[in-house]
Amino acid sequence: MEFFDKIGDFFVNWFSEFKREFILNFVTGEKWRWIIDGLKNTLIITFFALILGVVIGVVVAAVRSTYDKNRESFRRRGGAGAFFMGALNFVCNLYLTVIRGTPVVVQLMIMYFIIMTNTTNGVLVAVIAFGINSGAYVAEIFRSGIMSIDGGQFEAGRSLGFNYFQTMRHIIVPQAFKTVLPTLCNEFIVLLKETSVAGYVGVVELTKAGDQIRGRTFSAFMPLIAVALIYLAMVIVLTALVRRLERRLRRSER
Amino acid sequence: MNADGSLIEVKGLCKYYNGEAIKALDGVDLEIRAGEVVVVIGPSGSGKSTLLRSLNLLELPTRGCILFDGRDISEKHVNINLHRRKMGMVFQHFNLFPHMSVIDNMTLAPEKLLKMPKAQAREYAMGLLERVGLADRAENYPSQLSGGQKQRVAIVRALCMKPQVMLFDEPTSALDPEMVGEVLDVMKSLAAEGMTMVVVTHEMGFAREVASRVIFMDGGRILEQGSPQDIFDKPENPRLREFLSKVL
Repeated sequence: MEFFDKIGDFFVNWFSEFKREFILNFVTGEKWRWIIDGLKNTLIITFFALILGVVIGVVVAAVRSTYDKNRESFRRRGGAGAFFMGALNFVCNLYLTVIRGTPVVVQLMIMYFIIMTNTTNGVLVAVIAFGINSGAYVAEIFRSGIMSIDGGQFEAGRSLGFNYFQTMRHIIVPQAFKTVLPTLCNEFIVLLKETSVAGYVGVVELTKAGDQIRGRTFSAFMPLIAVALIYLAMVIVLTALVRRLERRLRRSER
Repeated sequence: MNADGSLIEVKGLCKYYNGEAIKALDGVDLEIRAGEVVVVIGPSGSGKSTLLRSLNLLELPTRGCILFDGRDISEKHVNINLHRRKMGMVFQHFNLFPHMSVIDNMTLAPEKLLKMPKAQAREYAMGLLERVGLADRAENYPSQLSGGQKQRVAIVRALCMKPQVMLFDEPTSALDPEMVGEVLDVMKSLAAEGMTMVVVTHEMGFAREVASRVIFMDGGRILEQGSPQDIFDKPENPRLREFLSKVL
């Protein structure tokens, strides 16, 4: 009997401790608002960086795969157009090398402390820095998707009289998109979590908000676990949405 | 069509890879008149597919030129896309678009390129599907079809553009033996209607029965050409005799 009493006491104590901690970290001084505001910033940065990243990624992937697929005909035709494509391809390669070769935190700080020094809008800087960073990965994801489509598809399109871009648009990209969707989803998850370093340039996003609570209450468990759970919940929801989209896209083939 | 009736004319066509290390085509001259069924035979690596793919410039020639309907389409400032519309092509591996239904595969090009109204494109496509016995498959996706059915769809997809010539690149080589017949039947009826056809194939029976002219290639050159009777019954070139003794 005594044993069960002990266990009962343990839970009662644990629960009252939990409640005290919860109130200390979130309720007193309405500190839950910090979390909400941080979450807002995280979502804003992720959303706009994602759009910027996809735009950059599409352009870079288009340049790189166009150059790869038409190299022979560029060489044959020569002239300013071919030179221009060669130059564009070089710029894109340089972009990929630099962005993928340096840590995102460093890029973020360079953007904030060196390039965009005349703005104090940390969220804007973060959107641009994360967007440019994500664009490099998205570009390679899209390119791998385009490359994965059998060359016969391309020839079939061209033999019907479609030009390069029409073939891409009607035949290659719809198939490639389906292939890259899981990888693209992965990149979005990474992006969402990567924004947690925006605190380095003074942006209070979700992680920084949790940390600020910890600094105020000197109690680490509650705010950090809460932050972790919120990230986890967002990723689970995102994954479920993408899985649904995937299933719908695949249905068109059965 | 030209005054002399030739639809496609190939002059001194060469295709080299790695500089001049590999000569896929080494000086091919060929004239194809409207209404002809030209069957190209030869051992693998002889350049017959390269020749066929050069006709609509899927392969860019190293030297030489290709005249289609009297125009040099291998000239580098020609918009090849306009000419490809009039040259249907059928591939060994069908190359149907897997993300589209059969009917959409067929109507995509007429709608987007010829600006044909959707209803008209569908009607024309359905007519063709009926002729090859696949009208009930219009809403299916390519993954639901057998190999023979896929190739028949690929043929009518090309026909939807109302081409002046049809190019066949080993259309039955990827098929199960029992499905070869249904594809060849479609090609035969197409030939009977007077379609100009260039066919690369290993089907000697088809060549003998349908071809108006047979071309034998080896080493990137045309070694002998003539009527099916001449080629199969009185072959002159020793290389051709050796080839026929192996395949017949």
